[in-house]
Amino acid sequence: MIAARAIGAPLDRIDGPLKVTGAAPYAFEFPAQDAGYAAIVQSTIAKGRVASIDAGAARALDGVLAVLTHENAPRVDSPDDASLRVLQSDAVAYYGQIVAAVVAQTLEIARYAAGLVAVTYAEHPHDVDLRADRTDLYKPEKVNAGAETDTSEGDVEAALAAAAVKIDHTYTTPYEHNNPLEMHSTIAEWSDDGITLHDSNQGPHNVLGDVAQAFGMQPERVRIISPYVGGGFGSKAFTHPHVILTVMAAKLAGRPVKTMLTRQQMFSLVGYRTPTIQRIRLGAGGDGKLTAIAHDVVEQTSTVEEFAEQTAVATRMMYAVPNRSTTHRLARLDVPTPTIFRAPGECPGMYALECAMDEMAIACGLDPVEFRLRNEPDIDPDTKLPFSSRGLVQCLREGAKRFGWDERDPKPRARREGRWHVGTGVAASTYPTRRRPSQALIRVDRDGTYSVLIDASDIGTGTWTALTQIAADALDVPVEQVRLEIGDSALPKAPGAGGSMGLASWGTAVCDAAQKLRARLHDDHGGVVPADGLEAHGNAGENPDAKRFSMHAFGAQFAEVRVDADTGEVRVPRLLGVFAIGRIINAKTGRSQLLGGMTMGLSMALHEETILDPRYGHFANHDFAEYHIATNADTLGIEAHWIDEDDPHVNPMGAKGIGEVGITGTAAAIANAVHHATGIRVRDLPIRLDKLLR
Amino acid sequence: MNPFRYERASDARSAVAMLAAAPAGAFLGGGTNLVDLMKLGVATPELLVDVARLPYDRIDALPDGGVRIGAAVKNSVLAADRTIRTRYPVLSQALLSGASGQLRNLATTGGNLLQRTRCVYFQDVTKPCNKRAPGSGCSARDGYNRSLAILGASEACVATHPSDMAVALVALDAVVRVQGPDGERAIPLADFHRLPGDEPQRDTVLAHGELITAVDVPALAFGARSKYRKVRDRASYAFALVSVAAALDMDGGVVRDVRLALGGVAHKPWRATRAEAVLRGAPANEETFRRAAGAELADAVPLSENAFKIPLARNVIARVLLDLAEGSR
Repeated sequence: MIAARAIGAPLDRIDGPLKVTGAAPYAFEFPAQDAGYAAIVQSTIAKGRVASIDAGAARALDGVLAVLTHENAPRVDSPDDASLRVLQSDAVAYYGQIVAAVVAQTLEIARYAAGLVAVTYAEHPHDVDLRADRTDLYKPEKVNAGAETDTSEGDVEAALAAAAVKIDHTYTTPYEHNNPLEMHSTIAEWSDDGITLHDSNQGPHNVLGDVAQAFGMQPERVRIISPYVGGGFGSKAFTHPHVILTVMAAKLAGRPVKTMLTRQQMFSLVGYRTPTIQRIRLGAGGDGKLTAIAHDVVEQTSTVEEFAEQTAVATRMMYAVPNRSTTHRLARLDVPTPTIFRAPGECPGMYALECAMDEMAIACGLDPVEFRLRNEPDIDPDTKLPFSSRGLVQCLREGAKRFGWDERDPKPRARREGRWHVGTGVAASTYPTRRRPSQALIRVDRDGTYSVLIDASDIGTGTWTALTQIAADALDVPVEQVRLEIGDSALPKAPGAGGSMGLASWGTAVCDAAQKLRARLHDDHGGVVPADGLEAHGNAGENPDAKRFSMHAFGAQFAEVRVDADTGEVRVPRLLGVFAIGRIINAKTGRSQLLGGMTMGLSMALHEETILDPRYGHFANHDFAEYHIATNADTLGIEAHWIDEDDPHVNPMGAKGIGEVGITGTAAAIANAVHHATGIRVRDLPIRLDKLLR
Repeated sequence: MNPFRYERASDARSAVAMLAAAPAGAFLGGGTNLVDLMKLGVATPELLVDVARLPYDRIDALPDGGVRIGAAVKNSVLAADRTIRTRYPVLSQALLSGASGQLRNLATTGGNLLQRTRCVYFQDVTKPCNKRAPGSGCSARDGYNRSLAILGASEACVATHPSDMAVALVALDAVVRVQGPDGERAIPLADFHRLPGDEPQRDTVLAHGELITAVDVPALAFGARSKYRKVRDRASYAFALVSVAAALDMDGGVVRDVRLALGGVAHKPWRATRAEAVLRGAPANEETFRRAAGAELADAVPLSENAFKIPLARNVIARVLLDLAEGSR
């Protein structure tokens, strides 16, 4: 591991002043000469065909430059992603699909004209009904992140039959939409050099290949520029249809075209978290040791392409259970395709698992912290590999101490303060620690400036700052001598921000480049920078230790909730998390990441739910007045801490990814606290007041 | 958004004249509701007559102990006004529970009363809605109706009025002063908003071209003992599932007089006259308060997703009255 000097410091965001003064350009804000503005027309049926499109009134409007429909749109080829075959046929596969677009001289004209495009449909009956008892559920070949669809070890049924204590419960999570603050935006410009996009995404190289493939271009002729991105949460990880549409529109209009989705459009065009139906069965002996666990998941995908959330994967490795089985089954529905959403898999899965663990602890007559300690595994039960580090026990103990857990009376509905029922709950957190291959280039100039070039992404996470700190330590220079360039596909290829892998992947490549540069400077140039500077390429491959160790971040979250006795309103005065995440790179942005994850977990527990109206197949509450996200007033006291954890196996920084671990387990901690406060076990998120009203 | 003309009125008379001449025009106050509806294509005025700068920005204490609130007074200014906070805390509390700081800085008193009722299908021009397109049907009755009405709804419409301010004002017997093409008139707020009936497109009794110039709040000796309680799905920045505005006058252990209104339950701010009748002269205890709530809610009809509003309203009415009764002892 590299020596930490800048690493660990709570360095202020390097991009902070630019952002608060409005000087950091987001995708839609880049200037584009004579740009046209695109407005999207969406299908108002969930399944069928476009029968006719009358765009006469729109075309006749002053300022309208082009109207795109399936009849005149440029042909694109997207064998790898069917959702990107935008306007390639008259088929409608989900409500809100793009069926036309208007390009005009101003955004106002474009939106007005889009409303004038008259589309008629041949409507077919749609099927948007996710139920566990559907007879056409199917088993996908793999689930997300390449995980096995089903796993089984031992004899779960026999162990359950023989168990002294057992539970069997079903937990559900609703549709949830990612909703980053910055709406998805793209500017497309064709030139003799090819296509240039200013785009809001989680990794320019993620988008590059899709655009090149769609338009039959060599990848070198496509450039994606994305220096500042206003949040993604997974919804900007993959290329979405509006990107392809904008490139088409620019081609047809013969000028640059800008597109920004409306908030409402984001509910159907950039993905969401699949609803899940999760049955969990647990069996234990009289000693409080688990003997069996079965986690069976039903969720959905679309008819356009397959997306299989890896909901039960954490269950495979969390606890020492000799008999285990996990399954995932999908319903293929007439809906938009789900996508990854902060901690896909682990987030909904750990909600269900950690609620079940709470219910089982109670059934066993054990404190829920003690119950988890009793079921701590020595090695990864699934892979049989040792953990590179596993700090769950320490997090539970440290969290219990900080939270004052030991004073807890386990009896539910036993504490009342004024009009409030008060309760506390605990849950574990986990997220895999991985990294992807990445490249980087570092150049040193005669004046001692080190330029670090890498197509990394800062989606609000703090990459600009944290990666600078890594580079400074790897180069053994002060951070002031490091100048970072990120967010541009012309820079050395790097993976996107996602899967809590960004900083680990980019940092490893930067360390490699730094090591090579320092060696070359020392060995070939006697430590003196030559007149025309010196550079070195870094190249980080797969982590060889990933085959020898099971690598995960862990955490423990403690919640105190108050439930109004008259109304069922839930408040969370205290939410405290302790995490085992290796070495923290930036104590300030890192803490923000954890707090952000926990806040989003609170939001999931209490608020977030998109309502699909089965009659139309549309999302009825597609705006911020109706789709509730936690506000400041809902987040009363959130604390994030971390333990000292030394893990030399994960990457040269010894740092585990922290973008997602914070959201896992939060909803369970709150649900468990609600049960402790009220005696009411809510197994269907979100926990709204009507579920607690007595 | 459709193209439209914009005019700024210099006085009430010309504002009324301009709008009277434009059948598809609308007054523009703070725009916090109207402009949203225009962006959604729900409202398509050809002319906006901006009345936010008319000289109706004063809050005047009236000699009889009441208050006259100018129609252009911003919600944030009204909430912070010392006279309002002293004489009618329920009104200040209601205002502060609504929207966000930014919206309250824009929203006007007149505009607040003229917010359209809320329903996701009203806001979605691709769906049937009798309010937006009379005769097209109601999508909410068998759809997403968790936040909609339990009182006074009709087959045609089950939408709810979103204002918090209006709930407090209707409890306080406020009177809306209006200037129209044919002169001025005063409308008790309780009669200002309509129940949907078979004309849900009409939210109020105002005729086209009538302009709100002020809201008068009469003196209420026990107005200082008043309270607003709003229950919603998150701690701030959400519309009421149920809200209660109440003022309570006690004579020993007996209710001498009371004002009670509900929000989030009907097409209009709902004055709870049945509950008030039960309360007057009755012992001020939980049993009475629950009986009063029960009387008011006796005719409540739940929709498929909002049956919880009935026990919720009962509990909140009882809680608010208990708090006021305890505070006065």
